[in-house]
Amino acid sequence: MLKLSLVTCCFVLSVVIEGLALLDLGVSPYSGDVFHETPLIIYLFHFVVDYAEITFMLADVITAVALYLAVKDYNKQVFRKQKFALEADRYPLDCLELIRSPKEMYYIPLKVAMFYLLNPFTILSCVAKSTCGLNNAVIALFILSTIKGNVLLSAIFLSLATYQSIYPLTLCAPALLYLMQRQYIPVNFRRASFWWFIVQYAFMYLGSLFVIICLSFFLLGSWDYLPSVYGFILSVPDLTPNIGLFWYFFAEMFEHFRLFFLCVFQINVFFYTIPLSIKLKEHPVFLIFMQLAVISIFKSYPTVGDIALYLAFLPVWSHLHRFLRNIFLVSCVLLACSALFPVLWHLWIYAGSANSNFYYAITLLFNVAQILLVSDYFYAFLRREHHLTYGLYLKRKDGSEATLVLK
Amino acid sequence: MGLLSDPNRRRALISLLTRLNTPICLVCYMAGVAWFMGLAFEPFTLRTYMSENAMGSTMVEERFPAGERALATGREFAAHKKKVGGMPVDWLVKTMQARGLEVFTQSFSRTLPFPDENKERYMVKGTNVYGILRAPRAPRTEALVLSAPCSPGDNNQAVGLLLGLAQYFRNQIYWAKDIIFLVNEHDLIGMQAWLEGYHHTNTTGMDWSPLQGRGGSIQAALSLELSSDVITSLDLVLEGLNGQLPNLDLANLFYAFCQKIGVLCTIQGKLQRNDWDSVSGYSHAVQTMMLMVMKQASGRPWGDHGLFLRYHIEAATIKGINSFRQYKTDATTIGRLLEGMYRKLNNLLERLHQSYFFYLMPSLSHFVSIGYYMPAFGLLTVILLLRALDLWVQLTHIFTGRYLSIYSACIGNSPLLIKYVSSQQSSPGVLSVLTPLVISHLTGVALYTLPIRFQEMAVEHFPVSETEAVVLTAIAVYTAGLALPHNTHRFLSGEGTEQGWRVLKLVAVLYLAVLLGCTALINFSLGFILALTLVPVAAFVTPHIPKVLSAFILVILSPACTLLFSVFFFQELQEMPVSFQDGWLLYLSVISQGILDHFLYGSLVYPLIALLVYPCWLLFWNILFWK
Repeated sequence: MLKLSLVTCCFVLSVVIEGLALLDLGVSPYSGDVFHETPLIIYLFHFVVDYAEITFMLADVITAVALYLAVKDYNKQVFRKQKFALEADRYPLDCLELIRSPKEMYYIPLKVAMFYLLNPFTILSCVAKSTCGLNNAVIALFILSTIKGNVLLSAIFLSLATYQSIYPLTLCAPALLYLMQRQYIPVNFRRASFWWFIVQYAFMYLGSLFVIICLSFFLLGSWDYLPSVYGFILSVPDLTPNIGLFWYFFAEMFEHFRLFFLCVFQINVFFYTIPLSIKLKEHPVFLIFMQLAVISIFKSYPTVGDIALYLAFLPVWSHLHRFLRNIFLVSCVLLACSALFPVLWHLWIYAGSANSNFYYAITLLFNVAQILLVSDYFYAFLRREHHLTYGLYLKRKDGSEATLVLK
Repeated sequence: MGLLSDPNRRRALISLLTRLNTPICLVCYMAGVAWFMGLAFEPFTLRTYMSENAMGSTMVEERFPAGERALATGREFAAHKKKVGGMPVDWLVKTMQARGLEVFTQSFSRTLPFPDENKERYMVKGTNVYGILRAPRAPRTEALVLSAPCSPGDNNQAVGLLLGLAQYFRNQIYWAKDIIFLVNEHDLIGMQAWLEGYHHTNTTGMDWSPLQGRGGSIQAALSLELSSDVITSLDLVLEGLNGQLPNLDLANLFYAFCQKIGVLCTIQGKLQRNDWDSVSGYSHAVQTMMLMVMKQASGRPWGDHGLFLRYHIEAATIKGINSFRQYKTDATTIGRLLEGMYRKLNNLLERLHQSYFFYLMPSLSHFVSIGYYMPAFGLLTVILLLRALDLWVQLTHIFTGRYLSIYSACIGNSPLLIKYVSSQQSSPGVLSVLTPLVISHLTGVALYTLPIRFQEMAVEHFPVSETEAVVLTAIAVYTAGLALPHNTHRFLSGEGTEQGWRVLKLVAVLYLAVLLGCTALINFSLGFILALTLVPVAAFVTPHIPKVLSAFILVILSPACTLLFSVFFFQELQEMPVSFQDGWLLYLSVISQGILDHFLYGSLVYPLIALLVYPCWLLFWNILFWK
């Protein structure tokens, strides 16, 4: 039961089985108020329902392998770029200690895979048989194909991920930036090649999305699933407690404010894409990490599996550690919150002595800590880039040592 | 956010916290203890008040007349009990049926993991008898329970009163909730069987026959213990399984009716005093509160009500006490008190939820709520966080210090050399932290599983009884764990570094903080007592302090010794001091009771100590012997 609070109860295997049973009886699985999975998931489980455990484990392994390969490739590129910059003497002299050595980078892909597989959050979500594991696999494959530079596969996996849960839509910005960077297309609004590439990618993306949606229609023979899946994600009718921010707010809210705040809450996920892509247009992979984190914090039904996916990227940024400022505080808070979730859930639901406020307080703290973590990494990344251009030991005009202040 | 982003202010704050770390920690510890002791001072506490509207404003009249007849029934019950040599099931069924209740029985059996020497039972078989008075005025969706345990000793008057009340309640028309009259055999084991049967759960693997009749969902329950015809005072017992407490409104209700009817009422067997401003008055309040803390920390149910709380049912035990006071109360008055309480509970519109669930009571009319007592605990945990911050700063200084020295050494040299040097340094291996963690947890698992597993083998080879075998094995495993650090180091070929123990201590300190925090949320008293002893250990231990003295202090402050002191302290509080010999025997029986409570009722204290707290303490022990 506990796992249901951590892994949103609408996206677990038992619900899928319920949908399957309804389908077998000739009833639309969406006619009830329980099933909100996409049609492709039903048909996937139609074949593998007897091997469900293995499917979920396999999905996690696929995610880990995809991340491993992707990060390996990315690290190679980072190193190559660094070599060119060094040869061109573009780095200031005192920045040499910021330069990454192949030795420290060697184990990073392995660390990423292990971070994903051994993360308690991943294990929890796999044990709970949350379909989040499948979504993670799709997103990981998208990242792999993007980093490998395969435009078509990248668009197809992105459309699959979007089809599963709308939010990965925001990942198209980093994908575009990355692919353009790879093909040496400058990000310039006046260039025709820029627009031509966007049109190409959009065509592939929308085309595959169209195919998938039509396929789902033909599988079920009705459009029932559209409101039931996407309406469910966007209008948040299910207020079962989870680790997100939505349920408590919307349980407390007066009905006539609901639409307004719904928009405010949902815009959060999409809005950060624009400033982040402008700021990080040179570093699309870091942008992917930021976007994944933003999605997992602000999405309407977050689960621990989503958190596990972006946490897996932390080893890639291990060279930023010296610039992180609040990592100690944040990791303490994250640790304490993860331990307090089950305790407060027990006190609220089983013992009946605490109430929802206790649990929500921890949820809020957990999310604040996540936001701090992400913004800390963002700051550290920007600061390293700053040092790489201006030198590590900055001097003020009068010669004393300067400090960077974030304002 | 200025504090988090402005590097200068951060640096100032951090240097302040690290420079003054030890004094701040000392101040926090003393402030925490002082805050806790202050909780019993009456001006700092709140007066209890009835929060539940449904029970507040409506006055009820108590008219129960038949105390004498109830006592006569009790005597009859005693006679039948003597004749049968246990629970007189047939007589009870007949009597309850004669009073117009729907009567059902439930049989249960349970073999304990090892014999219980306190209550002298091993293979328990028994029967619960309960009668349901169906609510005439409402759709029978809710129920109240009145229970009286049928114990081999004296509880006959309680059963008599229960039957008398059943007869009287049957003739009233205002009941809107079913009232279940339950006579349970083998106290908590019977209660556990009945509750599991009622809620269709089976958490402890007990055999019981399913219940034939059920009422609605149970809203509140009272358990009655009376062993004499007249009493001088009534004692209210609140502490349930795992230190859970019923809603404070139940205590308020009891207090309000005691005031109205004029019965002396106590909590923890202590009367309330009015001279709070005198030293003796204050120490009386401290004593009462400490008794509650000790009982709650033990995590065991202190009355038959204790298991109800697990099912969201507010419950308390009311104990009649007959001492040498002048003023006596007869059974009619107690009956009237119970009638009044049940009529108020009958008025409830929803579950009791308005008042507090987390509280301590220095007297029956005053309470300390969670907002007042948590700071005491918070001040103790802050010490752990400060120590962790200190360690973190030390660790980062070691690393950045190295960077700087390398940098200054290499200025002007080729980048290749820099690269070579910087690749030489490595952080302390994960292995050196992970090994003690894993090993101490494995010891914890051994402490949890071995005593029960090996009892037969121990009985074969040593001249001890099963119970002694379990307890002594537990103590043996516990002591054997102390030999671990030397052996793990030999195993690891002595690679402990200066940073190694710092990292290990950082992990251990944070682990302890999270562990204590979670414990204190579930069971404040247990968390506070553990914090009181473990926080100093965590704060001062390093490998560089005198070994023998600090090892001695560490052992004194270890969980097992804390339990030993608690036993003596508890006896002292109850004004029944014991000699060391008796205290030791009591200690052994407390351990066996703790293990039994876990296996019988699912109490969490034993697994918590064995699987989490003890390994955590072992980590500190490990740090002390770090080489």
